Amino acid sequence: MRTLRQAVHAEWTKVRTLPGLLWLLAAVVVLTAAVSAGTAAAVRCPAAGCTQDPGRISLTGVQFGQAGAAVLAVLLISGEYGTGMIRTTVTAVPRRTVVLAAKAAVLAGLLLVAGVLAVGGSVLAGRLILPGHGFTGFSPAHGPVFRAAAGSVLYLVLVGLLSLGVATAVRDAAAAVGVVLGLLYLFPILASVVSDPDWYRRLEQVAPMTAGLAVQTTITSSGAPIGPLAGLAVLAAWSSTSLLTALTTLHTRDT
Amino acid sequence: MTTTTATPYRSTQAAARDGFLRLLHGEWTKFRTVRGWVVGMVTAALVTVAVGLLGAAGSSISCSGPHGGKCDHSVPKGPGGQEIRDAMTLVHRPLTGDGSITVRITSLTGRYPEGGRQPADGDPGATMLSGVQPWAKAGVIVKDGTKQGSAYAAVALTGAHGVRMQDDFTHDVAGIPGGVSAASPRWLRLTRAGDTLTGYDSADGTHWHTIGTARLAGLPETVQAGLFTTSPEYVVTSNSLGGSSSNGAPSRATAVFDSVDLHGKAGAAWAADVLGGGGPDAPGAADLGYRQAGGTYTLTGSGDVAPEVPGRGSPAKTVENSLIGVFAGLVVVTVVATMFVTAEYRRGLIRTTLTASPRRGRVLAAKAVVIGAVSFLTGLVAAAAAVLVVGAVERSKGFPTYPTPFATSVRVVVGTAALFAVTAVLALALGTVLRRSAGAVTAVVVAIVLPYILAVAAVLPAGPSRWLTRLTPAAAFAVEQSVHQYAQVAADYTPADGYFPLAPWAGLGVLCAYAAAVVATAAVLLRRRDA
Repeated sequence: MRTLRQAVHAEWTKVRTLPGLLWLLAAVVVLTAAVSAGTAAAVRCPAAGCTQDPGRISLTGVQFGQAGAAVLAVLLISGEYGTGMIRTTVTAVPRRTVVLAAKAAVLAGLLLVAGVLAVGGSVLAGRLILPGHGFTGFSPAHGPVFRAAAGSVLYLVLVGLLSLGVATAVRDAAAAVGVVLGLLYLFPILASVVSDPDWYRRLEQVAPMTAGLAVQTTITSSGAPIGPLAGLAVLAAWSSTSLLTALTTLHTRDT
Repeated sequence: MTTTTATPYRSTQAAARDGFLRLLHGEWTKFRTVRGWVVGMVTAALVTVAVGLLGAAGSSISCSGPHGGKCDHSVPKGPGGQEIRDAMTLVHRPLTGDGSITVRITSLTGRYPEGGRQPADGDPGATMLSGVQPWAKAGVIVKDGTKQGSAYAAVALTGAHGVRMQDDFTHDVAGIPGGVSAASPRWLRLTRAGDTLTGYDSADGTHWHTIGTARLAGLPETVQAGLFTTSPEYVVTSNSLGGSSSNGAPSRATAVFDSVDLHGKAGAAWAADVLGGGGPDAPGAADLGYRQAGGTYTLTGSGDVAPEVPGRGSPAKTVENSLIGVFAGLVVVTVVATMFVTAEYRRGLIRTTLTASPRRGRVLAAKAVVIGAVSFLTGLVAAAAAVLVVGAVERSKGFPTYPTPFATSVRVVVGTAALFAVTAVLALALGTVLRRSAGAVTAVVVAIVLPYILAVAAVLPAGPSRWLTRLTPAAAFAVEQSVHQYAQVAADYTPADGYFPLAPWAGLGVLCAYAAAVVATAAVLLRRRDA
């Protein structure tokens, strides 16, 4: 336990002292809130038959913010491979599980804080803008809205962990970012061209981004491919698979 | 004491030529010998085709009719081979040789289904509201027979766009603006002289104004001349975040013609036809047709005489449907192009490179040429293969395809290759600016691919989608657009339907402008900064 605490402290020192990482985190917060506010300002709900989900609208920025979360995660590990620092790290903490756990813990903590700020800003913007645009009953005190907000924070954390696992396995920063962003953004495009409804549902159910973002649903619709919490669970499965793969490669591979 | 002077060392080797070609050769050697980059480029091409194949594999076409099974999804073709709609109520007489037809229209009214919902059977009038569609048309027509898709020229009064002269489905010229009433009727005339048809309009029947002429090559000696009325489907689209839905159902237009005057060698009797629309037995078609009382003809029509415009709802595939994997290929190309320079910074090779070639701007130029050319070739192969292979799969699954002129196909494929090349140069330049691969790859992907996804996967409503595909580098995807936007056809022309707000090359120009700006920044920074 003590080793883990020390390892976490060491990782935190790295993040704190590396240039740019905390700025990146700030960019995630600003970008997410700004895009969310912009979308909320651009969307209007007609008086008759408003079918749009205010939760999804007010949290649109998460789709951009997740890219920042992914980069942060990739930089945490691939920077060490780039400079050879990883050899120092595993010499100091020879147990690979502890190294990865410490990195994951620091990353999760950072993204939790950034996510709360980003999502909080988005919800606040939605609360201020949306009622004027024909949406009723959008309030953080409302159960589904709270679930959407809390779920979006968790979504950012889980995307970060997914990226950390991929980056550990791939080692190169550019390739890792390419794989993660490809994985996230491939499925929505594919789903938009697939006309077979069964394929469409299946894609929406298994894709990390579309399934994970189902947690942002705040209005009940019977036709949704996957429920909010089940969707987040799908993303969690992706993240844990990725971290397990990373752990295996860390154990079996030379640094 | 003698003083010795030290002679500076001079190499006896002859100075190597530092031509740009040698620099290019050096950079090409770097690219060629890193196996990961070559594999990456091959992967980019494979991913482009594979994602397109996945899209085709996950699509199916079937009949929702009561008997299921195979059904006819074929769309009538116009004289130019383009897919068209040709449905109207037509009252005609054969006309041999040159001649003219003149009419007066005193009224154009219409009805449309509330909310675009199909009225229930047996109660066709229940939810019909009164109002004429903006592009409902009534007027005179000269047509090569009554077969759907045959050549024609027409002068027609529209619901909201004044008098128009149209021919062969795609051409449209404006005449007198404004609507019609009994107090202010519209006179329309169409004359035939050989292959040339000339349209006229008039507000009083004495002062005529020429709208335009149309040349219908190969028009036979005997054609059908007469009156027609048609009214396009009324479609209501509700745009929302995460998808939009649309309802559409046929509308009706009713026009009252009088003072009909057919000059030339014409057949004796008027014949009436309801073209397209499933014939008189189709639901709600009972009121289509015409009545004659003295010299007054009242025609009620439904349908459209216009080019077919593909959209999200249409079952037919366009050439850009097979290029859906391009964005995935672009992600891979971005990764390789970024690493082409950031790997040098990481390994310190950049110092060797800049020592060997101290003129730094030329180093950047050489790198850009090499990665741009390689990406262009990759894109060319990937796009051509995707169009051929994915198109073949779509056809084998029974999807109808929109015919694309050869020149357009070439532009789409070459444009996609250029999209690969410019994206690679942008990624290279951004990699030079940031010197770190993760940030550069993310920035390029977020700038090019993410707006594309938000706009094309219909995540955002139409308005923000258009702005994204106009201002961000994702505007370059317009180069893949093969479909035309017609002013005379009301449809949802949104990026999600395949219609980009900018013209193909203008869209690519937006990306080029971004790339040029970043390349300039990279050149300045490379010169000023320590390596």
